[in-house]
Amino acid sequence: MIKYWYCFNGIIKREMLRFLQQKARLVSAIVRPLLWLVVFAAGFRAALGIAIIPPYQTYITYDVYIVPGLAGIILLFNGLQSSLSMVYDREMGSMKVLLTSPMPRPFLLICKLLAGACISIIQVYVFFAIAWLLGIKMTLMGYLLAFPALLLTALMLGALGLFLSSRIKQLENFAGVMNFVVFPMFFLSSALYPLWKMRESNEVLYWISQYNPFTHGVELIRFALYETANVNAMTITLVTAIVLSSLAIWGYDPKRSMQKGRTKI
Amino acid sequence: MKNFLLLSLLLINVAPTFAETAYVSNEKDDTISIIDLDKLEVVETIEVGMRPRGIIFNKDYSHLYICASESDAVQVLEVASNRIIHNLPSGEDPEQFALHKNDRHLYIANEDDAIVTVVDTKLRTVLAQIDVGVEPEGMAISPDGKWAINTTETTNMLHWIDTSSFQLVDNTLVDQRPRHVEFTRDGKQLWASSEIGGTVTVVDVESRNILNTIRFQVKGVHKDRVQPVGIKLTDDGKYAFVALGPSNHVAVVDAQSFEVLDYLLVGRRVWQLAFAKDQSLLLTTNGVSGDVSVIDVNKLDVIKTIRVGRYPWGIAVKP
Repeated sequence: MIKYWYCFNGIIKREMLRFLQQKARLVSAIVRPLLWLVVFAAGFRAALGIAIIPPYQTYITYDVYIVPGLAGIILLFNGLQSSLSMVYDREMGSMKVLLTSPMPRPFLLICKLLAGACISIIQVYVFFAIAWLLGIKMTLMGYLLAFPALLLTALMLGALGLFLSSRIKQLENFAGVMNFVVFPMFFLSSALYPLWKMRESNEVLYWISQYNPFTHGVELIRFALYETANVNAMTITLVTAIVLSSLAIWGYDPKRSMQKGRTKI
Repeated sequence: MKNFLLLSLLLINVAPTFAETAYVSNEKDDTISIIDLDKLEVVETIEVGMRPRGIIFNKDYSHLYICASESDAVQVLEVASNRIIHNLPSGEDPEQFALHKNDRHLYIANEDDAIVTVVDTKLRTVLAQIDVGVEPEGMAISPDGKWAINTTETTNMLHWIDTSSFQLVDNTLVDQRPRHVEFTRDGKQLWASSEIGGTVTVVDVESRNILNTIRFQVKGVHKDRVQPVGIKLTDDGKYAFVALGPSNHVAVVDAQSFEVLDYLLVGRRVWQLAFAKDQSLLLTTNGVSGDVSVIDVNKLDVIKTIRVGRYPWGIAVKP
């Protein structure tokens, strides 16, 4: 059992050291949502409309609405960035160190996912602290209850990134992932606007957004921040996380890779 | 002893709990919504006369007076049965009123007739009709019962009526379209909101001089939409709350320094205000959005918005 702990600890430490050495990564991860919160939300402050939707009990301003969505965006970008590091590692050969470990491959990948999720969650709480200073405050219980919601969503998005990285041979292809995965997931979700608002203008886009797992991750975080359980969002996020993790494990299966002869590990 | 304990437990279990309730007049539905203030939800809706606006309880909360503007009557609702038991002669188009501390004399602003009608609620007779300015609207009685103040929307004045003689004795010019007046608990100050002027005027009651004029500026809202109407002052003299109409915000004012401390987002076209639960909650009627927002006075935070009927107008709380 202790060898599993050593392995888990090693992967977490490696990811954490890497994160701490990349100060620009933390800054850019925080600046991106802050730009949305301070600049974009200022322009759209009164544009949200007048409906009160759960979990909100009363009217809210736009900046209050987008905070959970921006937390989701930190997780989304970080989850995908973490998988970007897998492509880079594979190209540079350092991934051998990780994947040639005698530990089971699924365990290694789950450790990698958890390490990425931890880093994402640290960034989210730094963002929450800045939002708090800007006057967007939740209860202490809300912040605590958000933790499992953030972890589950981070694992789901990390698993998506990991699965995608297993299908990408070269770093250059990652730009396509950003354009065809990250941005559509981000914009076709409830992160920036409530879905009822989208339905008013386009029914098709509404249904696409409704089936977007990122929408459910964001809603899970939103409800948790307001101390409310959203069983539907939790179930969808959990099932998606399990499916994507299984696909990622399948994608990194060494037997499969050797048969196809498409990897250098 | 054992039997006594059992009986006590039984009594505790069967004793009915009377929650504090808020009565809200719905101008377009011709109804009154009753909100349970423990559950913060509507528990009953009562049909009343046409276009109910101002509402007020008598001293022992056994009756609710309702300005049924388009029925040209002040209706009396028996609270125990939630039934209208009779109408009072009110003059045409009653909109707002105030009950004298003697619990009998009701001062009613008759918007269309430019008069204030004084009605004896026990005898159901008109005691006096006092000529005031054009479009009388707001009414308040000083805590000592000496003054009845009426605001007139077009004349832009506060009219000082001596309640012992039913005579208008003085006028105070304020900003455009005064809608509502409220005395401080000690009766030393009178706060009057001016809807078009966008201000609240604070008047010293003894000298009848203006002490201060408070202005409002809500971030991201055009100044034309900042239209003060309802005012409520906390008994401890700490805060004044001002409903700012179509700006959809309630202003929190330091009642000592007259400085605006905060603006709280509520529903659309916030109109009248009422305190509940020992002034720990403030309720706002939001006309256009058809709901009532609940403000936690200690936290200065809006905690809930409750859907009521169409165009909620007046609000009164029964402990």
